[in-house]
Amino acid sequence: MTTTAHHIEPVAVAPKPTVGSHIRDYLSRVGGGDLGALPAVLGLIVLCVFFAIMKPVFFSAGNFANLFTQGAAVTIIAMGLIFVLLLGEIDLSAGFASGVCAAILAQLMAEQGAPWYLAVLAAIVTGVVIGLVLGFLVAKVGIPSFVVTLAGFLAFQGTVLLLIKGGTNVSIRDDVILAIANKNIVPWLGWVLTIIGIAGYAAVVLLSRRRRAARGLVTEPLAVAVGRIAALAVILGIAVFVLNQERSRNVVVVSLKGVPIVVPIIAALLIIWTFILRRTAYGRHIYAVGGNREAARRAGISVDRIRISVFVICSGMAAIGGIVAASRANSVDANTGGSNVLLYAVGAAVIGGTSLFGGKGRVLDALLGGAVIAVIDNGMGLMGLSSGQKFVFTGVVLLLAAGVDALSRRRAAATGTR
Amino acid sequence: MSVTPLLEARGIDKRFGPVQVLKDVDLTVTPGEVTALVGDNGAGKSTLVKCISGIYPIDAGEFLFDGQPVTIHGPRDAAGLGIEVVYQDLALCDNLDIVQNMFLGRERRSGLVLDEPTMEQMAAETLAGLSVRTVKSLRQHVSSLSGGQRQTVAIAKAVLWNSKVVILDEPTAALGVAQTAQVLELVRRLADRGLAVVLISHNMNDVFAVSDRIAALYLGQMVAQVKTTDVTHAQVVELITAGRSGDLGLAAEKIDNGVEYADTLTTPGAEQ
Repeated sequence: MTTTAHHIEPVAVAPKPTVGSHIRDYLSRVGGGDLGALPAVLGLIVLCVFFAIMKPVFFSAGNFANLFTQGAAVTIIAMGLIFVLLLGEIDLSAGFASGVCAAILAQLMAEQGAPWYLAVLAAIVTGVVIGLVLGFLVAKVGIPSFVVTLAGFLAFQGTVLLLIKGGTNVSIRDDVILAIANKNIVPWLGWVLTIIGIAGYAAVVLLSRRRRAARGLVTEPLAVAVGRIAALAVILGIAVFVLNQERSRNVVVVSLKGVPIVVPIIAALLIIWTFILRRTAYGRHIYAVGGNREAARRAGISVDRIRISVFVICSGMAAIGGIVAASRANSVDANTGGSNVLLYAVGAAVIGGTSLFGGKGRVLDALLGGAVIAVIDNGMGLMGLSSGQKFVFTGVVLLLAAGVDALSRRRAAATGTR
Repeated sequence: MSVTPLLEARGIDKRFGPVQVLKDVDLTVTPGEVTALVGDNGAGKSTLVKCISGIYPIDAGEFLFDGQPVTIHGPRDAAGLGIEVVYQDLALCDNLDIVQNMFLGRERRSGLVLDEPTMEQMAAETLAGLSVRTVKSLRQHVSSLSGGQRQTVAIAKAVLWNSKVVILDEPTAALGVAQTAQVLELVRRLADRGLAVVLISHNMNDVFAVSDRIAALYLGQMVAQVKTTDVTHAQVVELITAGRSGDLGLAAEKIDNGVEYADTLTTPGAEQ
């Protein structure tokens, strides 16, 4: 604080950051209650080790691929939910909204014989319209989002039933839709995409670092920047390597290897939404409205428009999640998007580190939390535990995550970092 | 002083239903000076500021800016003229950092993407220009700042936009001694840079420490606008509480109204 200031030096008289100061900063942030992704990452590691010990098959390539396809729909819905949670609102209808969109997709293809792209378009448009209606009711009419989306939860459950005409299910036969959650990309393409991803990340990190340095602004040490890139490269490299192993039980009948198609879809959604949230004025305004609505209003931000837009994003993403769920189940039934889908999605966001109180969260949280949920579901399934036991355990983990959120906020308030 | 006033309010009337909150109020704000706006609770200080900043429409009177009559229909008009108000609650987002708060709603972009380096540089220059050296990093969240630092950020945010008039609503009300001194120093520096500063304050020490002129409101009327060096503490307190002090303030027959009014207000309480 009391560094001697030279008269030419600008405001920030903090010493030039080093690797050591970077680590110290991080530790003091964690100590101050800003845990970030730490609980989710630690939880993920603990769970993986636990299940690997209990059931070695958990660590097989086949099961690893399963994890992605199992968790995909919930993760995608959670990504959209994060936008709503950032404003301190909630969308309880996201699960059945995904069901409605999936039912529309399935019915258009089964009854009207629509091509897959038209059906997908219709499903997403449906999601957007649902979001517009919910957002309008919350922002313009002024009904609390909890009530609006609870009504949506009930109504959309009924809509799914009406759409599938009370039948047991509508099967999906279109190859493209089925491929999303059931097929893999060829191994070499997986590597190409990985390399593009790592190179792109490296370019973003290093270029922005150079641009800041050129203006004499404080930059993170090169070692930290390189460390980040290396960490991403290692994680992606291992994941793709494992997924490119042969997973088929009988190679003669069918070969099963490569990254599931749904993985690059999730990666693309993650990149797009992270970009929008972190690098555009719109994203900045979402955080502002979530942090202090009155300040945002006085800054000339159209608060209502932001509030409506996050519901549109949430329901639109729910539509995409619904399509993935339909693809994985090969059909749409009365329970698509129902039972635990919504609660898992909310749980994923919170476990990942997004706050239910608004103003804090990242799209990446959905991925981390979604992974935790998928690992629990998958691991306990492998251990042969009943649904009842699974639900209880997932509930405990969610409570744990929400508890960590609340306690870290209290700690942050006590140490003045929030 | 021979400097032409930057902002002049003439004969401002404002009523809320039957209550006349501002009655024929004149106010002159000069560049390079700190004008302290003082008055008791309910004297109309905040109402006057909200009229100037366009939040409330006025019922009568006019505003002159740089000698030209102007109409202020909303906060955007006021901002367009270069009038910025720092409200008591500061209106900062705790979950955003200093740079993000300073540019909130007016972000710099290159294409679609936020131009963070430019914004950070401009924020750094503004704070350096105000000789603010107390913040550790421009990228720390506002939640981690002290009250004085928050006030500093809010003021720097107002100054960032080449504003000409900065109105500060009780900037030291919630601060400790050291932080108050820091903020007052900053207020002085704003005026020294040629801005016209209006400082609303209850604290006589603050008023005498930094202001060049004092404008005293009493029950919605501007009773005096004097040079700070020409009056004493006691006189200002009298102006605030009684509307007059010796030759200053309301004329005798006018004050009768005021006293009567004040009596009717205070009698019920006195009986208890």
